[in-house]
Amino acid sequence: MPALGADMEAGTILQWLVKPGDAVKRGDIIAVVDTEKATIEIEVFENGVIQAIVVPEGEKVPVGTVLALIRTGGEVAMPAEPKPKPVARERAARPAPAAALAPAPPAPPIRPREAAAPPPPRRVHASPVAMRMAVDLGVDLTAVKGTGPDGAITKADVERAAKAAKEGVAAAPPPTAPVEPPKAPPAPKPAMGPAERQVAMRRVIAAAMARSKREIPHYYLGTHIDMTRAMAWLQAENLKRAVTERLLYSVLLLKAVALAAREIPEINGFWVDGAFKPSEAIHVGVAISLRQGGLIAPAIHDVGKKSLDEIMANLRDLVNRVRAGVLRSSEIADATITVTSLGEQGVESVFGVIYPPQVALVGFGKITERPWAADGMVGVKPVIMATLAADHRVSDGHRGGLFLSKVDRLLQEPEKL
Amino acid sequence: MTDDEIKALVLREIRKIAPEVAPDEIDPALDLREQIDLDSMDILNLAIAIRQATGVDIPEADYPRMASLDGCVGYLRVRLPKS
Repeated sequence: MPALGADMEAGTILQWLVKPGDAVKRGDIIAVVDTEKATIEIEVFENGVIQAIVVPEGEKVPVGTVLALIRTGGEVAMPAEPKPKPVARERAARPAPAAALAPAPPAPPIRPREAAAPPPPRRVHASPVAMRMAVDLGVDLTAVKGTGPDGAITKADVERAAKAAKEGVAAAPPPTAPVEPPKAPPAPKPAMGPAERQVAMRRVIAAAMARSKREIPHYYLGTHIDMTRAMAWLQAENLKRAVTERLLYSVLLLKAVALAAREIPEINGFWVDGAFKPSEAIHVGVAISLRQGGLIAPAIHDVGKKSLDEIMANLRDLVNRVRAGVLRSSEIADATITVTSLGEQGVESVFGVIYPPQVALVGFGKITERPWAADGMVGVKPVIMATLAADHRVSDGHRGGLFLSKVDRLLQEPEKL
Repeated sequence: MTDDEIKALVLREIRKIAPEVAPDEIDPALDLREQIDLDSMDILNLAIAIRQATGVDIPEADYPRMASLDGCVGYLRVRLPKS
């Protein structure tokens, strides 16, 4: 069970998308896990063949637990026997902190016997939203008939099943003879109801933010940035584009932050074991608020190397999946710096709380028209407040200030972003 | 399309973007952003959905005229073929 963020302690396997014997390659999505914050698709970090599923669907296990065994290239399959869980866990030869899977033990060179293979787990074909809802409502998906494409179980199917279960209880025929009173069917045990999920999410946010404020000596900087050029360029650009190709100004901000972070490496990386580990890659976490409350900050990878169009496509995809409640493991675990933009809610500035183990959080407020003095003249300009909350163990105000002025400079030449 | 048809279409697309919103909770005269917490990405997705459903391309400069449900209906009414 990978740690999908500093605040995660355990996760529940909702569904396995592979079975023993399936070949997998790096990046494949092999399982769906439910955490306090979201439903997360677990990506595999190695090429190989699934040897055994260790943790069954529906089970909640702590971070670090071996979920499955994978046979990597070059090794020959061993006769697959379902192993008792503790043995399988012990056999996790080397712990892979970022990976959900432990490498399978080296195997004796004999051919696997088909008969010895464990039966493939029963597959449930359901949309992630439906799966999550099933968990919330305590519906057993294996008993639900899907009406979606290829018989997939949809949200509506789950709703129907939940309703039917309820009505089934109410509509139970009264006993005709004075025998024992009808026994209520066993109450379904939802992994987490909506209200419970709210509480759980608040708890993980509380833990991460309290840890941040306890451990990280934050310092805060802010500067106003003239957005005239950036907005004029964006408007002209969007006028040329079909609605599906249009850019949001947030994309310019994300790219400028990534390029500036490349020049000021002290704000991009992690504080681990008492030392700063700068990150070569710049994965920008984007704080996205959830409609039901709470927030999550999944990463857009390698923002500095991507075009504005690519970043826009990534951002749209990410927002849509956050709203649908489905994210991928790598997006949750590996942001190297986070950007929050509270402008939509109408505030002018936001001084954020750093998400550990990251060392900086960049904030943007809303764009407002303000009197702006330049060259001895006062004019009216669209202005945005950019802020930096950074870890004083790693950087000082001087470097942080340089970072913000680089963001400013980059936004004055939007065509080069 | 009639006004009611346009309204139904816009509501259907809003429901896809914000499934938790009950259509009868929306006051057609009020700003959608404030009322049901739509952000700029949601507005863009709404513009894309309307384009796909009706063929009407809404320039960015006209987004403010689409701020409320009534605004959407009024804006689309003059741009859609009369039924």
